[in-house]
Amino acid sequence: MSIPLILFIVCALLAIGGAVALILAREPIHSALALILVMMSLAVLYLLLGSPFIAAVQILVYAGAIMVLFVFVIMLLNEGVEERTNFSRLAKYVGLPLGFFLLLEFGHWLAHSPAGAVIANGAGASGQAADTAKLSEQLFRQYLFPFEATSILILIAILGALVLARKEE
Amino acid sequence: MSIPISYYLVLSAVLFGLGVVAFVFKRNIITIFMSIELMLNAVNLAFVAFARAHNQLDGLVFVFFVIVVAAAEAAVGLAIIIMLAQNRQSLNVERVNQLKF
Repeated sequence: MSIPLILFIVCALLAIGGAVALILAREPIHSALALILVMMSLAVLYLLLGSPFIAAVQILVYAGAIMVLFVFVIMLLNEGVEERTNFSRLAKYVGLPLGFFLLLEFGHWLAHSPAGAVIANGAGASGQAADTAKLSEQLFRQYLFPFEATSILILIAILGALVLARKEE
Repeated sequence: MSIPISYYLVLSAVLFGLGVVAFVFKRNIITIFMSIELMLNAVNLAFVAFARAHNQLDGLVFVFFVIVVAAAEAAVGLAIIIMLAQNRQSLNVERVNQLKF
């Protein structure tokens, strides 16, 4: 086994373990820490895929900014152990088998359809590492208008958060 | 030897599925919000894997936009959650059922 493959397997197991821990944890703060684990291992996977810029943004924005916001709100609200409630029988006896069938169908598609075969061959997996300079050129030339639109989106989000946080008179 | 793209796609699908399971099964509204972030992360992984497979950068630009939208969504969503917690004294989604049929 080559070193990238070992690294991939370790990070994939960490990510899946973190996602399972998010589901099983009873306290929201434990779920948040598990989600940070998932994001960190995904950042390593982005490095393996040859895109260091996305890996850096993943750690800075996701694991840094967004998750700090989550942890801050959890601490602020000081919510303890999650209450468990009974689920409907429909979800248990119809939903779970249907979800299992969907998973089987996806595996079947990946194994047998022509598109799945192309993907599974991994023909293009030897592409060059995504150069950050090329990425920025694309971002500021071809996608300049969407990039500017995101700044308005962020501004509206800040305004929305301010309006929501404002005290009613 | 490089890792086949299908490995990344299977990992992405598994993470997305776990995100859906968390979204459906969790009862705390903050954890439900975190499972949405998990699903967005899984989709980002698929985007980066496909960008690598086709040797094009458009997928990475989309990942960038997804992260920006997730940041905006987190800001507004957490503000709504704080409002909800102040009005209801609970974060359980079963208690927030005014619009439920």
